Amino acid sequence: MLRRVLSGDGLAQFIVFLSATAILALTALLVWELWSHSGPSRAKFGFDFLRTSTWDPVAGVFGALPYIYGTVVTSAVALLIAIPFGVGAAIFLAELAPPRLSDAMTFLIELLAAVPSVIFGLMGIFVLLPLLLKVIPGFKDAAGFLPIFSGPFYGPSLLSAGIVLSIMVAPFIISVSREVLLAVPKDLREAALALGATRWETTWDIVVPFARRGIMGSVFLALARALGETMAVTMVVGNTPKIAASLLAPGYSIAAVIANEFVEATTDLHISSLIELGLVLFGLTIVLNGAARLLILATSGRASR
Amino acid sequence: MRAAAFQTAGGLSFRRRAVNVFMLGLTGVFTVLAVSILFFVLGYLFVQGGFSLNWNFFTKLPVPVGETGGGMANALVGSAKVLLLATCIGVPIGFLAGIHLAEYSGAGYASVIRFVTDLLNGVPSIVIGIFAYALIVTRIGFSTLAGGVALGVMMIPIALRSTEEFLKSVPVSLREGAMALGATKSRTILTVVVPAAIRGLISGMMLNLARVAGETAPLLFTALGNQFWSQGWRQPTATLPAMIYEYAKSPYEDWHRQAWAAGFMLLALVLLVNVTARSIIAGGLSHKTR
Repeated sequence: MLRRVLSGDGLAQFIVFLSATAILALTALLVWELWSHSGPSRAKFGFDFLRTSTWDPVAGVFGALPYIYGTVVTSAVALLIAIPFGVGAAIFLAELAPPRLSDAMTFLIELLAAVPSVIFGLMGIFVLLPLLLKVIPGFKDAAGFLPIFSGPFYGPSLLSAGIVLSIMVAPFIISVSREVLLAVPKDLREAALALGATRWETTWDIVVPFARRGIMGSVFLALARALGETMAVTMVVGNTPKIAASLLAPGYSIAAVIANEFVEATTDLHISSLIELGLVLFGLTIVLNGAARLLILATSGRASR
Repeated sequence: MRAAAFQTAGGLSFRRRAVNVFMLGLTGVFTVLAVSILFFVLGYLFVQGGFSLNWNFFTKLPVPVGETGGGMANALVGSAKVLLLATCIGVPIGFLAGIHLAEYSGAGYASVIRFVTDLLNGVPSIVIGIFAYALIVTRIGFSTLAGGVALGVMMIPIALRSTEEFLKSVPVSLREGAMALGATKSRTILTVVVPAAIRGLISGMMLNLARVAGETAPLLFTALGNQFWSQGWRQPTATLPAMIYEYAKSPYEDWHRQAWAAGFMLLALVLLVNVTARSIIAGGLSHKTR
């Protein structure tokens, strides 16, 4: 043992072991910092922090409900758009496109996932908002009677943020769902086709249900990303802490308020409330990521058997 | 209804055939739309920003509101410094831990590390920013150092997973050959396994760097921003992504122009690195494992 240590072999093993352990320590430290720095806010507001909607730094009262609401609504809009698009494109890439074309298009879609979020925000402000200002009035004439499309529209809104988010998370749904669909055994498809099902019936009634848990996993991953996305949302959501039923009204999100107020926060209670918001976000994404991984694992495990 | 459809003698019912063609066509349309968004974004940025890129952009400091001209030289250097620091923090830890996972660890401990790394990878970047704030900014203030730590932490998970993946793709026979010649395990890893995987390792690190290069949220309250040059590591510094954000939400026409120019440059760099690294990986794999 001593000779191995002196020869450097044991030392090398010890160093790489230490690095691996450092990651555990770092993650534990991350949780601890979030927990301890949010202490004052947790002690003062308890669970009311999540239930009340007054956010007043001057009076020192902090309730996070409008931010939680905005985060949930923008993410929901994003998924509502991204799921059909993403799963549809994944079906095309896995079932229809010839392998070379499929690989090339997947490559491009993965590049789309690499575009920095601040670029999406930039495009959101200067391309999407003017476009929506042209389109929405006509749309309101048709669907304005619905509460979710009521009220005036000025551009920055929950809907705008949801649309930008949908473009950002769709690549995740596409590339993960494609992998999952490709892992579905070939004999299932052949059996369905042999029974006389059309290509679409085979895909929709046989292949997709088989892969549904993995597809759900990809949706969870996308949701986790949408919840935590900061820059693009901050730039188009309107940054107004109100709970409005209409998607056309401006809103706010957890990540956006952290980004906007952190530097300007002067009181300890304000900072600790913002850090508690970070803790909430952290908890949400941890749960979603964990669930996503289990689901994807379950599907690929089932397919490989 | 479906049973009725199956009963149609001599071929498929019109309805089933129509649904088939329509739905399959729709999936194709969705795919083309997704891909065309990339080209639209790239093309739009090129048109808006490409022509605003000039020598001043790379050499001048930002000018006060009201004056036109000026550049983002300080932000370019600031970003480079932050990324250098992030690489120095994230890559060694991730790389060494990746070696541990690929070459040394037992299954139990490895799965714990892998799970925790995946969790860390899923943490929103703004939360990592809070972490760096609590760790560094509360002690020495807004600084290049704090920004580098934030991005460095973000680099660890990908550095680890890509190291592990590429080391595992090296055939076991190479390791056995080296050890049969009397090399110790650490020597085998250092002189045989790592060199065999070096193309993948470097490409993985390039992708990793490209991913954090566009990160804005964790820099807002760590590196903060600066209208002037930032000396050393303990001063606030401007960075390219944060500058794009600040300029984009301002009401000034000339700042918008600069934001487009900076956005175009950032996107072009990120995509260039992505394409290069991915084609190196694809080329390396095709003649080795496939």
